[in-house]
Amino acid sequence: MSSKLLLTSKEVDIILHRLACQLIEKHNDFSNTVLIGIQPRGKFLADRITDVLKNDYGITDIELGFLDITFFRDDFRRGDKTLEANKTQIDFLVEDKKVVFIDDVLYTGRSIRAALTAIQSFGRPNEIELLVLIDRRYSRHLPIQPDYRGRQVDAFNDERVKVQWKDVDASEDEVYLISNPINL
Amino acid sequence: MKELSVNHLLGIKYITKNDIDLIFETADQFKEVINRPIKKVPSLQHITIANIFFENSTRTKLSFELAQKRLSADVMSFSAAQSSVKKGETLIDTVNNILSMKVDMVVMRHSDPGAAHFLSRNVKASIVNAGDGAHEHPTQALLDSFSIRERLGEVGGKKVVIVGDVLHSRVALSNIFALQMQGAEVMVCGPKTLIPRYITELGVKYEPNLRKALEWCDVANMLRVQNERLDVNYFPSTREYAQQYGVDKALLDSLNKEIIIMHPGPINRGVEITSDVADSQQSVILDQVENGVAVRMAVIYLLASKIK
Repeated sequence: MSSKLLLTSKEVDIILHRLACQLIEKHNDFSNTVLIGIQPRGKFLADRITDVLKNDYGITDIELGFLDITFFRDDFRRGDKTLEANKTQIDFLVEDKKVVFIDDVLYTGRSIRAALTAIQSFGRPNEIELLVLIDRRYSRHLPIQPDYRGRQVDAFNDERVKVQWKDVDASEDEVYLISNPINL
Repeated sequence: MKELSVNHLLGIKYITKNDIDLIFETADQFKEVINRPIKKVPSLQHITIANIFFENSTRTKLSFELAQKRLSADVMSFSAAQSSVKKGETLIDTVNNILSMKVDMVVMRHSDPGAAHFLSRNVKASIVNAGDGAHEHPTQALLDSFSIRERLGEVGGKKVVIVGDVLHSRVALSNIFALQMQGAEVMVCGPKTLIPRYITELGVKYEPNLRKALEWCDVANMLRVQNERLDVNYFPSTREYAQQYGVDKALLDSLNKEIIIMHPGPINRGVEITSDVADSQQSVILDQVENGVAVRMAVIYLLASKIK
């Protein structure tokens, strides 16, 4: 098993700021926009982007929620995926709002398909966009593409892109490409 | 991988503590789902479930049906009164007929203890025991523990007294197993005629005096007097039962701490508990009903995930 460092913590920081700026360009003061982190790992990216928007760009009033998609997956009963459901916390309606899904890695696109169905339980959004830190190129199973991407990465099917967050899994923000991952 | 250690839910004594934890974690998420504007998830849209109730039930039947429909399963309900059982069909034949319509899961309530067990060995479907005679009622025990966990943070270390007709109660037995598995201390309280003779062999205390039992406990689970199962006179009169073993507000307020009141339903108001106790802040009876749907969704979801 070998791991290659794709993004250092400085690069991750620059990307977070760039993504935040892109969001502001499109959504201004976020009065009609909500951010939804896709559980389990999109939550951390969503928290960080919200912090950057608040602390560095003065956008204090942002609606942030977390959506768990376990019950909307299309691989239920088909294989050995873990059945751990995480918390969904959306304390507002998304009716007529612009929604930005936030996830760390976009791979096959099936998680986002599940999220698109799941979010309907909370209303009918005006518009839905997707923000990801890592976009794995050429590995989509569905016609789903990000609107905001941090870095595009080419990886084989048996490789894994792992995003580690400071104070959560590691001492620094880092993104690794892992070949032959064993039980990560 | 997190999954249940069993393919059927026949009783609490066949599952493990890890199973209980997994069911509760999943039920936490389903509780959030049933409080959303749109209370459905599509997970079980390819699954057909048959609810077969040979004994009367409103609450459990509705709760199971609601749980199944919220999971988007196809549901067929069958109750003994309007059925071929009246024409003398055996249990296995009834169920096999239903199964040949390709049903994936069966939820059954039957008056014979072991009926669900028997079914699991003879038919090809996932079986959920919704009550078999006076033996077990596992989903009730799970929702009771879930409600305690919700109110008190955890079940381990808590003191729970089960009050009333323990002799005829499948709710009591399943609860005893579940509570002990989670590290709670259990006591039973009731007239000696309604307490099984060797109940203490299960590691359970017995206290005939209601006030002492309530002073000891953190949670009181009040059982219904099951008139339909009383073949002889187990106590002189309902009034005397209510005086000795019924809980009213005065008794509740006179205790040295605030305890939680539970009841599996339906309540005989004025017998096991009075209306002001049933409707008080200390009662979690309506939470039990809401939690029942979430817990049953979790059980059905986790069992269905094992059907390949």
